[in-house]
Parts: sequence; structure tokens; C-alpha cells
Amino acid sequence: MKEERNLWPQPMTLEEIPKKNKTKFSHWIPFYIMGLPGLAYLIINNYLPMFGLQIAFKKYNYAQGIWGSKWCGFANFEYLFSSEQAFRITRNTILYNLVFIVLGMILGVAVAIFVNEVISAAAKRFYQTVILLPYLMSMVIVAYLVYAYLSPNTGLVNAIIRSLGGGGIEWYSDTVYWPFILVFVNQWKTIGFSMVLYLASLVGISKEYYEAAQIDGASKWQQIKSITLPLLKPTMITLLILNCGRIFRSDFGLFFQVPMNQGALYSVTDTLDTFVYRSLMEQPNMAMSSAAGFYQSVVCFICVLLVNGIVRKVNKENAMF
Amino acid sequence: MRSKDEKTWRLVSHIVLIILSFMAVMPFILLVIASFTDETVAILNGYSYFPEKWSLDAYRYIANEAVTIFRAYGVTIVVTVIGTGVSLLITSMLAYMLSREGLPGRKVFNFLVVFTMLFSGGLVPTYLVYTSVFHIKDTLFALIIPNLLMNAFNIILVKNYFAYSLPSELFESARIDGAGEFKVLRSIVLPLSKPILATVGMMTAIAYWNDWQNGLYYLNDTKLYSIQNILNAINTSVQFLASNSVTGVTMDDIPSTTVRMAIAVVGILPIIIAYPFFQKYFVKGITMGSVKG
Repeated sequence: MKEERNLWPQPMTLEEIPKKNKTKFSHWIPFYIMGLPGLAYLIINNYLPMFGLQIAFKKYNYAQGIWGSKWCGFANFEYLFSSEQAFRITRNTILYNLVFIVLGMILGVAVAIFVNEVISAAAKRFYQTVILLPYLMSMVIVAYLVYAYLSPNTGLVNAIIRSLGGGGIEWYSDTVYWPFILVFVNQWKTIGFSMVLYLASLVGISKEYYEAAQIDGASKWQQIKSITLPLLKPTMITLLILNCGRIFRSDFGLFFQVPMNQGALYSVTDTLDTFVYRSLMEQPNMAMSSAAGFYQSVVCFICVLLVNGIVRKVNKENAMF
Repeated sequence: MRSKDEKTWRLVSHIVLIILSFMAVMPFILLVIASFTDETVAILNGYSYFPEKWSLDAYRYIANEAVTIFRAYGVTIVVTVIGTGVSLLITSMLAYMLSREGLPGRKVFNFLVVFTMLFSGGLVPTYLVYTSVFHIKDTLFALIIPNLLMNAFNIILVKNYFAYSLPSELFESARIDGAGEFKVLRSIVLPLSKPILATVGMMTAIAYWNDWQNGLYYLNDTKLYSIQNILNAINTSVQFLASNSVTGVTMDDIPSTTVRMAIAVVGILPIIIAYPFFQKYFVKGITMGSVKG
């Protein structure tokens, strides 16, 4: 020990550097200090709320807070699941997500293939930049854009319908159109994102495959069918499975902002996230809100674990843990 | 040697991509044109790509109420700058700690980070913790701290960069020269990690700039509203403009049909102007995210 300290100002030789397993604990203290703020944040932002989930089993009392309120067993869940809303929000969340996932994959791959066909680097970059633009916008802005088209009185679509002699459509109170509108808006906003993802694995495919196929006289479509798509398959499967792990989480912005939170549309626009928000803040109903939130967290967790198990089997590198 | 088949494909690709580009941009063009439309024309004929009469009234109104918009911009900028700065700082420090092999308890800390990606308490307990334990409501912290300040995914990205993309001999030698760990991090690790820090920082900054949810959950005080919160409030009710007016206008004085669009234009202008410059990092951020979603 003493010798080491005496040597201190002089550079150590490589052999003298302490071996990792022999490192003194004090050596690590600066690292722990560095990690402290981040870990503290995780505790505040992530772990306290996890423990706070117990509120779903309590009768919330504002004065007593999460930890002090009285336990009430499964009463909140009985209340939630005896309402028809539980089914509605679950159905909406899952069905929309399924459509988003499948459509997003098909369109993303298609657009990526088209972009990859473009030879000029400048044109490629231009298309990428422009098609990705909607993904950069917040959902509030998207709601404005949708409103410019669909406002019953001043929207462009109704103006066109009226100029053709029609009466215009009450977009924000007629549920029929919303499944299509929401799917369209979602794809419009995210297509650039999925294109970028698939393009990243497309550019990794060796040109030699295509050259060989061309020599054999394969048409472009045959090349896509038997080279591009098979080589994209691992990425597609991984993304598909990962997205399925999030099937119980909905895009709060999309379902809250775009339909402008119109009560008349809830039957087709209400999802787990909008329901939890509304019953927490707009029409406070802590029992409903906490039970629905717990239900979502737990089912999400189960989905993630299942999905991760599957990913491990398919492609171990892409597993999260 | 280009076959006809190949040429057709190339042509079809261009046509499809041009149509998609139009679809991506057209709504923004309608938004801009709507904001320059004469109020009465807009009410009578609706928003149109070819309005009968143009007008600057909406922007004139905004100029009179500029204080509100400026303050909101100020809030957005402060929140984005502080949020991104603090986020990069605590993310890279934690990532540096986790990247050190042999650190006692490293596995446990790693698990603590990864687990937050798997399980989350969700809105209800998060809201209750922040409001009743930390009393964050109606403070600027409400826009900075909840959810956005740090996420497990960024920690893992930065950690992997530290662990695999930096030559470890480099900081070994600095340590031998007697540099403390903080000095190693600050003057060797961070400068060498600019590519990853730029990408992660850019994605964080965009998340802060675009965020409206924290304001929706935690703010009642409209003075603290960011530009997104203002837009959200106007979207919910144009009445917001009259009740927060600095010049004391009433609802009847406001060309509300076009003003809401003009405010949206003002809200997205900076990010659209800056977009071509940070597009590279944006694309990179997305591709890096692809692996772990």
C-alpha cells in the first residue's frame, strides 16, 4: 500500500495498473457519484410510479394520497370491468394497433424499395426529407392540419362537397369516418419513419446479388420478390414482434388531439390512454382511471415479456434482454 | 445495359415518391394559405388553396398580441435548452458509470435501467407522484422533468458507444497520467463521443420542442404555457385567445378562423426552417432506434 502511494506522481507501467478484479472499492466511488443523478431520476420518474400502481387497489382519498388511502381489494376493477367501456377501449386499442402495424409494415417496405430505386443521391435525400416531415410534427399541429380539411363549416373537404351541390358532412360528430381518418393520419405521419427504418437495412444488401440476378435475366419484380423481400424479412419480423409488444399502448396524441376529444366520437376513438387521461383529469373518477391504468401496465408488461421471448427464439441479437 | 424493365421501375418509383411528397407537404401549404386568407372569405367559402381574397389580418392580430407568443416561445426555448442540456449530462454520466467493466453492482444498475423499458406505472401514479409528492404543478419543472428528462433507451445507446466505439487505452493512459474520472469523462470521453451525443441530443430537443402533454397534465397557469400548449389550448377553444389577450380584445374582434391557422404557422416555422440542417441527425436517430424499438 505504502509503496503504491509513494509511487503515485510517477507514471505507472502497464503491469502496475491494478487488475480489474483487484480494484479497490474507493476507485469506483467517482463512478457512483456520476451515476447518482440519473439513478435518482429513474427512481422518481419510473420506480415511484411503479409502486404507486397500488392505488388501483385503494379507495383514493385526496388528503391521504397514494400511500395513505385505504385498501379496497378488487373493487375498482369490478367497477371498471362491469362498465362496457373496458371492452370498448381494449377493442379500440388493439384493433387500431393491429391495422397500424400491418399497414405500416407494408407501406414502409414499399416506399423504402421505391426510394432505393432512385439513383440520384440528391433526389433520394429530397424524397426522404419531405416524406419524413410529418413525423417531425407534434400531434397538436397534425390536429390543426386535419381541422383545415375537416372543419364542418370552414374545412376544405366540406367546401368542395358544397360546391358540388352536397350538404357537407359533420366530420367531428359522425363516427363512421373516424376509423379511416385515424388510420390515414397515422400512416401519413409515420410512413417516413418506417421508410427510414427499412431503407437502413435495404442499403446493407450487397449489390452483387442483384448483378447476378440481372445476368440470369431476372426482372425487377423477380429481384424484389426473391432477393429484397427475403433479405428484409429479419428486420420485418423483428419490428413486427416488437410492435406487438406495444399493442396495449396507444398513441395518446393521435386519439386525443386529432378527433379533438369529441364525446360523440368516443365509441370509435377512445383508447386505453385517452380513457385513463379523461377519467383522471376531465371527469375525475379515480377508481376507473387507476384500475384501467393498472390493467394497461400489467398487460403491457406481459406482452413485452412474451414478445421478448419470441424475439430471442427468432433472432437473439435483437432481444431486449 | 439498362433494361426497359428497369427504366419503368425507376419511373414508377419517381411518380409514387412525388405523389407521396405532395401528400406530405400539401396540408402544410393549406395551413399557410389559410392563415393568409381574408377572414370573411374563409368563413363564407371555407379554407382553400385558392382563396378569393388574401389578407394579413391574422398576422396583424398576432403582432398586437405578440407578448403572448413571445413568452410562449421563451418558455419553449428555455425548456428545450435546459432539458436537453441536463438530459445529456445525466445520461452520459450514468452511461459512463454503466460502461465501466468490473464496477461492483453493475448488473443491478443495468437491470434497473432496462426494467423501465419493460414496465411502467403509467399516467395515474406518475401524475399523483409528481403532483402530491413533488408538487410540480404550475412550475417550469413540470415542463422539463416528467418523462422527457432521461430515458433508458438513450442511456443504452450512449453506454454502448462508450463501451465499444471508444479506444479504452485512451482513457487508461489519461488515468495513468493522474486524471480524475470526472476529468477523463469531460476532456476525453465526451469530446470523442460527439456523434452519439449530437444524435441523442437532437432527438431529446425535438421531444422537448414538440411536447404538449406535460403542459396538459401539470399546468393551469397559462403564463407558463409553451408554444405547443398555446396551440393545444386554442385548438380546444378559440376563446383562449380572448381570455388571454394583452390588448383586451373581445371574441368578436378576433379573426379566429384564420388566426388559429396563423398561430400554428408561427409555431412550426422555426422547426421547418431548421429541419434541413438537422435532418441527417434525425434520420440517424431513427435508424439507431430501429434495433431496440
